[in-house]
Amino acid sequence: MKHLLTTRGLPRDEAIRILDTAGEMAKTQEREIRKLPTLRGKTVINLFFEDSTRTRISFEAAAKRLSADVINFSAKGSSVAKGESLKDTAQTLQAMGADGVVIRHWASGAAERLATSGWTRGAVVNAGDGTHEHPTQALLDAYTIRRHLADGEPGVGLDGLTVAIVGDILHSRVARSDAWLLTTLGARVVLVAPPTLVPLGVETWPVEVVHSLDAALETYDLDAIMMLRIQLERMTGGGAAFFPSPAEYTRLYGLDGTRLARLPKRTIVMHPGPMNRGLEISAEAADSPRSVVVEQVANGVSVRMAVLYLLLAGEEAAS
Amino acid sequence: MTTGAGPIVITGVSLYGDTPADLVLEGGAIVSLSAADAPKGATVIDGAGLIALPGLVDLHTHLREPGREDAETIETGSRAAAAGGYVAVHAMANTTPVADTAGVVEQVWHRGREIGLVDVFPVGAVTVGLAGEHLAELGAMALSAARVRVFSDDGKCVHDPVVMRRALEYVKAFDGVVAQHAQDPRLTEGSQMHEGIVSGELGLQGWPAVAEEAIVARDCLLAEHVGGRVHILHLSTAGSVEIVRWAKARGIHVTAEATPHHLFLTDERARGYDPRFKVNPPLRPEADVEAVRAGLADGTIDVVGTDHAPHPDEDKDCEWATAAFGMIGLETALGIVQKALVETGRMTWRDVARVMSERPAEIGRVEGHGRPLAVGEPANVTLVNPRLAWTVNPPAMRSRSHNSPFSGIELPGSVVATILRGTVTYAHDSLGGL
Amino acid sequence: MTGAVMAAPDIARALTRIAHEILERNGGADDLVLLGIPTRGLPLARRLAERIAVVEPAFDAQARSGGIDITMYRDDLRRQPTRPIGTTTVPPAGIDGAIVVLVDDVLHTGRTIRAALDAIGDLGRPRSVQLAVLVDRGHRELPIRADFVGKNLPTSRSERVSVLLDEIDHQEEVRIERSEGEVE
Repeated sequence: MKHLLTTRGLPRDEAIRILDTAGEMAKTQEREIRKLPTLRGKTVINLFFEDSTRTRISFEAAAKRLSADVINFSAKGSSVAKGESLKDTAQTLQAMGADGVVIRHWASGAAERLATSGWTRGAVVNAGDGTHEHPTQALLDAYTIRRHLADGEPGVGLDGLTVAIVGDILHSRVARSDAWLLTTLGARVVLVAPPTLVPLGVETWPVEVVHSLDAALETYDLDAIMMLRIQLERMTGGGAAFFPSPAEYTRLYGLDGTRLARLPKRTIVMHPGPMNRGLEISAEAADSPRSVVVEQVANGVSVRMAVLYLLLAGEEAAS
Repeated sequence: MTTGAGPIVITGVSLYGDTPADLVLEGGAIVSLSAADAPKGATVIDGAGLIALPGLVDLHTHLREPGREDAETIETGSRAAAAGGYVAVHAMANTTPVADTAGVVEQVWHRGREIGLVDVFPVGAVTVGLAGEHLAELGAMALSAARVRVFSDDGKCVHDPVVMRRALEYVKAFDGVVAQHAQDPRLTEGSQMHEGIVSGELGLQGWPAVAEEAIVARDCLLAEHVGGRVHILHLSTAGSVEIVRWAKARGIHVTAEATPHHLFLTDERARGYDPRFKVNPPLRPEADVEAVRAGLADGTIDVVGTDHAPHPDEDKDCEWATAAFGMIGLETALGIVQKALVETGRMTWRDVARVMSERPAEIGRVEGHGRPLAVGEPANVTLVNPRLAWTVNPPAMRSRSHNSPFSGIELPGSVVATILRGTVTYAHDSLGGL
Repeated sequence: MTGAVMAAPDIARALTRIAHEILERNGGADDLVLLGIPTRGLPLARRLAERIAVVEPAFDAQARSGGIDITMYRDDLRRQPTRPIGTTTVPPAGIDGAIVVLVDDVLHTGRTIRAALDAIGDLGRPRSVQLAVLVDRGHRELPIRADFVGKNLPTSRSERVSVLLDEIDHQEEVRIERSEGEVE
């Protein structure tokens, strides 16, 4: 594994290796001294062309706990805003000696472009590209589900589990990465969304699609339910809006106390954050003991430590 | 690279790939089909193994001058055209300033004449500034020295049905044609690639086939209603082929174009996010490509137009979403058509002459082009060696821009000479220093 | 010298001796914690703990032995393919104030032990750290020595020492092999 760009095509054993490594990383985070010397002398650049304080902080914590030097580069207010291209930025970072580049970008495919164009030699980690993928989020989701429902022990996948992903599938990089990864790990994935928020061609994905949350609760014995954030711009725009009103969305697709009560006792409630309380998820559901939203954040650091370790600790060149 | 317009004799060539003959060219015309009639001192080209076609005519070229000379100029574009076997190109109107006045089209026309490598026929904008609101002075452009007959807002769709109706009616006065870029703007806001399986996986905003087909259907009906001529540019979907086939059967004056890239590449190419494959209209799935090939072979689609769209490296060396739409194609068009249609047995070289020379000249109403290879006709000839394979290498090509989607692909045949009114405007190295 | 240099009974005797030496040196088993270094240090630490428990029945072999993974502390990470990370298990009481005996199969350059010392430092602050190895083959690159040695084996750098243990290899033996391409 030279880069982590997508979960589509990530082999099962590779994925499990990342989850197992994350488990060991998590244990080190319970110690008094949480810093490991592993990536001493390595430089990780967080290249963010889109605001995402949460993801940036998570990667920053992961890199620092492995003793890497971290440089944060935010496109906001930098030369990028003045028209410097991704290529020039990448080459500048290369000149600064980046061993790893963590990139968040508003354009789908930007991470792959960076990794394959020869603009930088470092390992590239996709921290979310447009509406394409967000592989470390999917890995932390898989890690969280495995901890709760699949013994969480090394080597196991998510075989036999059923996970529902509810909301804006069309524009969600999390949904894409989760759909590929969770099914690779053996889970059954059910996408729940209004037809306007499901991409054309979804019938070729290894998932099932239903257009009613109540029907999904009726039909499937869910182990985990993941609520996706609804972006404000999807609701507005007059005739171009994807559904009639926020109220109708909440009524049909929101997770509230009543629907929560219909879920089996073991079912965990997930959300990649930040949540729109009262829209896709009610406060009652978000704060219930079955919600693992806060734990997802903590697991994010362990998973990102594992990814950085596996990408950056190894030999520098084929010997 | 060019000789004077002295006499030329091409011996033992195959006209249209099916009729052995010699070609004697003198005074800008074909004067005999027998080498025995060649005047003394004529330049001799050994035509053994070569195919002679009427000089190619492109209805759809972006030369970028005036305004974007960093991408292409009339001079570099003319060189690329000659190297691709073209003797005439239609220069699209989306320049800066827009070719929406007699002044601009005459400037382009004059510049083409000065360079003299191909006949440059300016396309006039349908609406002022390509804004889609007010008709440009179509009559003034038609009556100018440039004799404009093809009008197009290409790059943008003439979306307003009333404006389109008026244009189709108005150009009847001078036997003009409206070349439509069929793209519903609302259905394609922010669109990045064909909407389908691949766009869903890549997370790139989809560009539905219906955005093209709805406009094609509407314009066929408008053309029928007012009796005008409409030409569909870069038709790219199976649905569009069906609509045009239906319209032609009804007797509607509609003609259509396919580009080499829509005949050869599919939307699978978007995987990898290489912006060389970003184009408008987008590359479509295999079923559409197949329908477009079938439509071209059966005559539903009249012509192959290159939609040669040069962009400087910085507009392609970036993220997909920021990259410009378009591909260069003048120098590879004939090779792609040979590879996709001739080598597969779906078209003959005579068919190639029809779709790349004769029909484009008819639709554009350009005189002296697309004529038969016969005595007394203009000496506009493209010589092809169908067995001289080459590998596309954009930096080695003549266009100022390098944004070819065919880079690295081997094409089966080569243009070895282009002759415009008896003058060699391009000669391949294999002819040995003509 | 090549071939088997210790058979199963030799290994058993060496471990029993080391167990007694540890108790002797530390005046009993109070505060003793045995930490094996993966892979083969883990069963060796467990065997030593069990032998100590035979002598000192108050010693809970299960609770007072564990393992310490040193992968993330190695100084040669960037010269090797990425290694999987092993498990670290430390007694529930931790190692603060304990006498930690590190256990490994072969002591060679000393770099593994250096990494283990760093790892211990991040886990807590033991009263002292001692080192027990089944084989010391020499060629130290750091100022490190073992407190308890099963067998000193003079080797050349080109030779390989392999320790095979029942728990992992389903056989019990120490052998020396010449590396490929070496001439006698």
